[in-house]
Amino acid sequence: MSFPWAKQYQPTTEIGKFFDKQLPLPRFVYGALGAGYPTPKNLNYFYNFGVLAGVALVIQIITGVVLGMHYAANTTVAFDSVEHIMRDVNGGWMLRYMHAVGASFFFGVVYVHIFRGLYYGSYKPPREVLWMLGLVIFLLMMATAFMGYVLVWGQMSFWGATVITGLFSAIPVVGSYIQTLLLGGFSPDNATLNRFFSLHYLLPFVIFGVIILHVWALHIPGSNNPTGIAVKTEADTVPFHPYYTAKDFFGLGVYLTLFAAVVFFAPNALGEVDNYIPANPLSTPAHIVPEWYFWPFYAILRAFTVDFFFIPAKLMGVLAMFAAILLLFFLPWLDTSPVRSNSYRPLNRILFWVFVVVALVLGVAGGKPAEEPWVRLSQVFTAYYFAHFLIIIPLVSRFEKTKPLPRSISEAVLAKYGNSAPGVAAQPAE
Amino acid sequence: MSLVRLGALGVGSFFCVAVLWGAVQPRDAVVPDPVKALYKHPHAIEWVHNGAGNLGITGTFDRKQLQRGFQVYKEVCSACHSINRVAFRDLADLGFTAPEIKAIAASYEVPSIDDKTGEPATRKGTPADKFPLVYPNEIAARAAQNGALPPDLSLIVKAREGGTNYIHSLINGYADAPASWTVPDGLYYNPYFKSLNIAMPPPLAADDQITYVDGTKSTREQYAKDIAVFLTWTAEPKLEARKETGLAAVIFLLIMTGLGYLSYKKVWADVKRKSA
Ligand code: HEC
Ligand code: HEM
Repeated sequence: MSFPWAKQYQPTTEIGKFFDKQLPLPRFVYGALGAGYPTPKNLNYFYNFGVLAGVALVIQIITGVVLGMHYAANTTVAFDSVEHIMRDVNGGWMLRYMHAVGASFFFGVVYVHIFRGLYYGSYKPPREVLWMLGLVIFLLMMATAFMGYVLVWGQMSFWGATVITGLFSAIPVVGSYIQTLLLGGFSPDNATLNRFFSLHYLLPFVIFGVIILHVWALHIPGSNNPTGIAVKTEADTVPFHPYYTAKDFFGLGVYLTLFAAVVFFAPNALGEVDNYIPANPLSTPAHIVPEWYFWPFYAILRAFTVDFFFIPAKLMGVLAMFAAILLLFFLPWLDTSPVRSNSYRPLNRILFWVFVVVALVLGVAGGKPAEEPWVRLSQVFTAYYFAHFLIIIPLVSRFEKTKPLPRSISEAVLAKYGNSAPGVAAQPAE
Repeated sequence: MSLVRLGALGVGSFFCVAVLWGAVQPRDAVVPDPVKALYKHPHAIEWVHNGAGNLGITGTFDRKQLQRGFQVYKEVCSACHSINRVAFRDLADLGFTAPEIKAIAASYEVPSIDDKTGEPATRKGTPADKFPLVYPNEIAARAAQNGALPPDLSLIVKAREGGTNYIHSLINGYADAPASWTVPDGLYYNPYFKSLNIAMPPPLAADDQITYVDGTKSTREQYAKDIAVFLTWTAEPKLEARKETGLAAVIFLLIMTGLGYLSYKKVWADVKRKSA
């Protein structure tokens, strides 16, 4: 695809021309991330997070592959091998902290990226497939991070694996079979560790593949933008390079600075102290919690405390937890408003911020022990979570009175910079 | 596509009703937890190795203090606790010389195999060896310790909430139990310990239990500080390298980001000018 005014790749050297005929890889990159990709000129800093997520994945892969050279996936030595990396491998402590903190940052970035998409309606036509590919990446990331955490074979690794795989046993008929298949036995043991290492090594590359599809799907309609209106003329766009490469480089600098600050000055702040105790199947920690990025879903899981007719509470929790993510796949068809950006949707914009608060509260509640007031809070907010997507959004998108849209991106940019273009009724565009 | 919305309405109502049904159930009356009422959080104190503002951004270990901490470990704690992840050669970080390390290693017996009979045996430690275990396994440890298990202390600072502060508060935290609390036989009351009843007898009972050679006052308070810092080092021997590298990395990244910002502004200048 591309817009008719997209610049075409022109090889200038002999060798460039030679390759362009046989393997036009430079042409591909030029069109994907170079001057050949016309991009809306009004993208704000929230549009940096896609590139940041890509960098975060690359950091995980590079540090992970080197960790894998020193790590031993065997229950008798796994914990010791991680400590060997921390103490005896040159720079090993840095690799391991970068990998552990990097996973947290990866999720942080992806969460911002997802909420950006929710705010600006990036899941709406013509980008439904793009949105769904993003959700596939998110699911794969969760599986990868969960299995990576088990590799350490600390107390929280072991008991986290016990709890999470135990969820599958709630599924009628096939549940305990699935659990046994995941674990390679009846409780986490050597077989578990080996298959988790194998998959933990594999899945990031699968993610990489899906990211290529994700970017491909992005380049068909081109990037969405804060106004949510489509690109109309060349005046609405700038070439990706140098404009967004420069902006992304600056964003990356900010990101890496924050990342380095945590890696080097507070590397264990996001972790659980219990995971520095070697796994012990005979001693259950008082308070089993997953990593923070799973907390909202953990809160939803634990919010179902009573059986519902013939459905056991545990099964309800498991169904709800999976449904909470899977329902996002249907969002493009639940939100039928023709207006993408919440900048022009006064009611939905309020609901968006309500949802942000709900998600944050669920996050906090998911990290707490199952006590009041957290349980009841999780229950009320879980109800809102489902109501938000499945009931409220379909209704609001039907009846909401949206604000008039600017005629083009350029017009919106002009309005923002204080000059209203001649002949255009002044109207605020944010 | 109204089928999707109809289905969503059904599924949404289903989950909402199910979860709210749980929310309106009456809760059991909360029984106040006596442990929670008596439990004390470790005191946050300033540590030299945490540097300016106790922030953990700058700061290095006080070598003298590390050596004193090691002395406390060797003379007291090592009767029951191992530091099996630490090798003798690591003691170079504390300022010990190679001959000193050799002598320390040689004072420990480490497991080996008799090269004539093939039977398990012991030999003198070398700098490459790790500090040996005190008990060969958990069963032996519990048998000797009245059923309790003294954990290996190598990683204890990272494995407990509060870290260095926790060790400091715990070691001198022993107290008389309040009247409302009965301590089972063979256990000791310590409000900094998670269950309040700890199986470890107070390891540092009196001032002057250990004689410091560097002139530092021999008090229980000082012992507790020194052992806490020593165990911080055993948990993270690379702590100083981490902060040093971090400072350099952050300064480099700040400069890079600043230059990145300038080039971003420059690249966009014409677009912004045209728009304004
Ligand atoms: C007489 C044997 C003995 C000596 C000496 C001893 N300990 Fe202990 N220690 C124990 C036992 C037993 C436990 C297990 C306590 C329990 O689980 O209730 C323990 C537990 C601990 C714990 C873990 C507490 C927790 O949070 O689980 C720390 C930390 C500790 N000791 C530090 C020290 C230090 C530091 C010294 C030296 C100053 C020392 N111990 C000397 C027997 C000893
Ligand atoms: C999607 C990208 C990835 C994510 C989100 C991820 C996440 C994680 C997490 C959360 C841990 C536990 C960290 C800790 O607490 O120490 C971990 C450990 C580990 N990961 Fe990854 N990882 C990724 C990619 C990789 C890759 C490509 C490899 C290559 C082999 C790898 C190898 C390892 C190893 C060996 C460990 C255990 C050692 C350790 O704990 O540091 N990871 N991973």
